[in-house]
Amino acid sequence: MTMTDDATLVLPAAQPRLPAALVAERVSAWFGDHQVLEDVDLAMAAGEVTALIGPSGCGKSTFLRILNRMHELVPGASLAGQVLLDGHDIYDPELRPIESRRRIGMVFQKANPFPTMSVHDNVLAGLRLTGRRTRRSTSDDLVERSLRSAGLWEEVKNRLGTPGSSLSGGQQQRLCIARALAVRPDVLLMDEPCSALDPTSTRRVEETIRSIAGEVTVVIVTHNMQQAHRVSDHCAFFLAAEGKPGYIVEQGRTEDIFERPQDERTSDYVNGRFG
Amino acid sequence: MTISVDPPVRTAATRRVISARPTPQDVTFVVAARSAAISTLVVMGLIGLFLLIGAWPALHQQGLSFITEWQWLPEAGTFGIASLLWGTFLIGLFALVVAVPVGFGAALFISEYAPRSIKGSLITLVDLMAAVPSIIYAMWALFFLQAHLLTVAQWISVHFGPVLPFLRVNTPDSPSSYTSSAFIAGIAVGVVVLPTVTSIMREVFAQAPIGEREGAIALGATRWGMIRTVVIPFGRSGIVGGIMLGLGRALGETIVVYAVISPMFEFTTHPLQSGTNTIASHIASRYSESGGVALSGLLGAGLVLFLFTLVINTLAGIVVSRSRSGSATEI
Repeated sequence: MTMTDDATLVLPAAQPRLPAALVAERVSAWFGDHQVLEDVDLAMAAGEVTALIGPSGCGKSTFLRILNRMHELVPGASLAGQVLLDGHDIYDPELRPIESRRRIGMVFQKANPFPTMSVHDNVLAGLRLTGRRTRRSTSDDLVERSLRSAGLWEEVKNRLGTPGSSLSGGQQQRLCIARALAVRPDVLLMDEPCSALDPTSTRRVEETIRSIAGEVTVVIVTHNMQQAHRVSDHCAFFLAAEGKPGYIVEQGRTEDIFERPQDERTSDYVNGRFG
Repeated sequence: MTISVDPPVRTAATRRVISARPTPQDVTFVVAARSAAISTLVVMGLIGLFLLIGAWPALHQQGLSFITEWQWLPEAGTFGIASLLWGTFLIGLFALVVAVPVGFGAALFISEYAPRSIKGSLITLVDLMAAVPSIIYAMWALFFLQAHLLTVAQWISVHFGPVLPFLRVNTPDSPSSYTSSAFIAGIAVGVVVLPTVTSIMREVFAQAPIGEREGAIALGATRWGMIRTVVIPFGRSGIVGGIMLGLGRALGETIVVYAVISPMFEFTTHPLQSGTNTIASHIASRYSESGGVALSGLLGAGLVLFLFTLVINTLAGIVVSRSRSGSATEI
């Protein structure tokens, strides 16, 4: 990895890195014998926000978890196709899954800060977990920068030592975003990050997503059409017939998907006529 | 512009007592459950009371020296449980030295590393280990384990004895110096309490929340990194509770100790040397030949053991149940 040295961690603001594109090619997925995704092609452009929309059970979350090799943690899970990060297949047998996950971070539906760690240590958890040592001043700087990126710094700067679990739900979710950003991923995956949050916290998280886009490639699963409309540049509409694997009905620029959908089902869904 | 209007004045409604009439089924169930719960407490209380009454003549005669006296000579009027307490402590210590690391590792393996296909069998196996009667462990310890541990004890004594005096024995060359020691009995007891320690720890580890586990893995953690940041912090109280519960079992273990040790009523700082004693084993070996104040003394020793295990188990229960991880764990 090139991020092991301190220099990269000290200077990233001065040397903005280009975010990486993520491309899924012919991805299918199974749980045991049950196929949940069929032949999904999707290019997630570098530095943009791609929203995955569609009714429950159409394989959006499975697809998202395939993008950073979380899918294989489920016993019996398998897949076909490939996922290219900057042109390299993250399922390359030569690569360890942990190396892909270090470059492709994830924020979950339910905020999951490490409850026994302080806010400060939660932000640095990713570095500690991947065995990267940093100097005190470097890490304090990184904590502040990550919390600022996640829009949480002003609220917690005076209580960095309190446990992560003492924050409110919305703050915990932004702490998880800060934690994911602290390892400077190329891609950030978000699985319905606002579904458990109140409207104010949701707005904060959306602002955060808009502000980090450009620095990282964001892929977000959401059930909230307005949210998809507000935060994303691209949209992919997933659908699955009863008992059949999910697939992408339509994808494109967000404004096209919402204002000029090509497929009638897309039009029905984004206008709230089903799902 | 808003115009403020005083709300109409109303007197507050009187507070009501909220009551609900339980159904006959509920009443029956509550009465039955409550009396079952109370009767266990009553039985515990009666056992304690019985021990106290039985032990009173001995406690009254010996006073504080019942705790501090090393010898057990009821005929001569000098007897106390100091040697028993010391031996119980030593054996409990050795038991934990074996059971805690092995149990911790086994629990982590079963909950985190074992393939799903063998996980269920391993859990059953540990439960079966706990179900094996201790007389079986006693025979195994006496006829198999001891012979092998003699060499280990001798090796430890010969190599570390010169540096650490407490590891020396009187005649280091003779294997019989090492038989029936606190070391051997302690290790055998450690094997007996191992399933207890393992199953408590495993149960707590298995409850570490999936959300936090995935959070760590998604950050690029290795499996061990995830265990270190999520599973072990989450299971900390289960680890402590498992250790204490194991200790509680170890202190009370009777037949294994009785089979292995040769009774001795002295203060020894040489646990590898033959000879030790514990409260439980002492009671088992003496009760049939004791009467009068000697029997009363045994009941007194039993009372002390009863209180010890009660306190340790209660503390273990509190530690486990008060934590985030242990609230759903039964011990």
